[in-house]
Amino acid sequence: MDKIITIISKEWAEVFKNKLVFFSVLFLPLILAALPLGMLFAFSRIEGMETELNDPEIMKLAGQMCVGLNPMDCSLVYTLNLFVLMFMILPVAIPVTIAAYSIVGEKMTRSLEPLLATPITTVELLTAKIIAAVVPAIAATWVAFGIFFIGAWLLTPPAVFAAFFKPHWLLAIFVVAPLLTILATCIAVIVSSRVTDPRVAEQLSALVILPLILLVVGQSMGLILIDEQLMFLLGGIVLALDVILLYLAIRLFQRETILTRWK
Amino acid sequence: MINTSNLTKTFGEHAAVDRLTLDIADGEVFGFLGPNGAGKTTTIRMLTCLIAPTSGSARVLDYEVGRDDQQIRRNVGILTETPGMYDRLSAYRNLSIFARLYEVEKVDFQVEKYLKLLGLWERRNDPVGEFSKGMRQKLAIGRALLHEPRVLFLDEPTSALDPEASRLVHDFIGELKGRGRTIFLCTHNLDEADRLCDRVAVFKTHLRVVDTPGRLRQQVYGRQVVFHLAGPAETFLPIVQALPFVKAAEAKEDKLILSLDDPETHNPDIVRALVGAGAGIQFVGELRYSLEDVYLQLMKEEPATA
Repeated sequence: MDKIITIISKEWAEVFKNKLVFFSVLFLPLILAALPLGMLFAFSRIEGMETELNDPEIMKLAGQMCVGLNPMDCSLVYTLNLFVLMFMILPVAIPVTIAAYSIVGEKMTRSLEPLLATPITTVELLTAKIIAAVVPAIAATWVAFGIFFIGAWLLTPPAVFAAFFKPHWLLAIFVVAPLLTILATCIAVIVSSRVTDPRVAEQLSALVILPLILLVVGQSMGLILIDEQLMFLLGGIVLALDVILLYLAIRLFQRETILTRWK
Repeated sequence: MINTSNLTKTFGEHAAVDRLTLDIADGEVFGFLGPNGAGKTTTIRMLTCLIAPTSGSARVLDYEVGRDDQQIRRNVGILTETPGMYDRLSAYRNLSIFARLYEVEKVDFQVEKYLKLLGLWERRNDPVGEFSKGMRQKLAIGRALLHEPRVLFLDEPTSALDPEASRLVHDFIGELKGRGRTIFLCTHNLDEADRLCDRVAVFKTHLRVVDTPGRLRQQVYGRQVVFHLAGPAETFLPIVQALPFVKAAEAKEDKLILSLDDPETHNPDIVRALVGAGAGIQFVGELRYSLEDVYLQLMKEEPATA
């Protein structure tokens, strides 16, 4: 356990001195929290916005989201629901940057060989690397979601907030998002232990965002209704994938291959 | 301390290390010499359990490579070919990370000890990225020693270092030798090997020779004595060639170069014979070949297929 803590603290000390990684962890969540709140604030202040939002078409797209609401309130609920989905993309985007630099960065600076020469096991090393990438991503997501949540509560009418705030979003943010973070990190670790450029690792790992974008598009077009059932299903699938990918990450982390195929 | 038996590593069709058999004693400084691509780093990687042998066996400190890898990693230190430090972190942080990974009990004590010993204590809080090559190399040596390993593997410890930093590293290796550490030294620097090593192995995929630097010189060149004469040496060549213990003789301007098995015994007889023949002897000395000469000679003799 001591070795895992040592590697985690090393990763954080090193990674957060990398400006690119630091800004992606800090600014991406802040922007994502600030953007919808800014929009909500603008909706309540800009003259004529009520007319703009009072669009009956939105009722068709929103479907079950807006039962009993007028088109204006429905627009706000629809917007909030779209943004909250972004908080599921966030924990996928952040760890990819950290994890991609984690292995490939060690390869590039040639620090992996002395590290692998110590009595640290592959399981300990990868556990530490995964935790080091997952924890900041989840923490940043939760903080950003907290800001968004409080802001939404303050800036929207009670009926809108009540229509938006459903238990499945708590499930999404506090259960599915962390599982997605682990999934993205495992993919990044697998990819980065097989490539020699962190940018390649980052780009390949980022492909895991694509299914989530489909979810966003599906919901925005009224094709998918996000509810508890869907979240349980999604959580179950991601959990199973996590187990498989954790196993694969450890199996595919071939010390010898990594050391001898360095260019 | 380190024993290998037919240790072999192949990458695809290519043999990097071919049937290496070695016995290295406790406290010995063992030089492993060979050209680039000879398989020296591969050998170190096998002995430090970073890569697995294809066949053969190896024991380090009575632990078997492939079976007791964690024990071996706990008890050996390695200086890799490139220092591989965490550049954004301080020297102190770099060493304390590795001290913890090596399960050192008194982390702060050991880190301070080696930073002071290597003259880096004043720079302990500076990011390693700001260090010179020599300082990084010293820090990497400190890292390899934090857990007080009984066996130390050094891969090109002075490559890319200036003479001053090299001298410091040599002195440090000398100190470690004095403290009874077993050191496996891979190097291109033959002068370094000559000065530091008890024995050297010349290696190029397979083991060419192993012996002390002195005996290797003798094996390759024999012992040669040069007699500086007051005048052309050619005249006196037949005199020395007639002596039964002279294995070979050559005259070069005013010098006679003789190959002998036992110069200490036969030099007086040669001097008497030359003086008797009217030669004026200015001085006599043993012709000393460098380890580099020996190495290059051995490499020339290497079969093309090896």
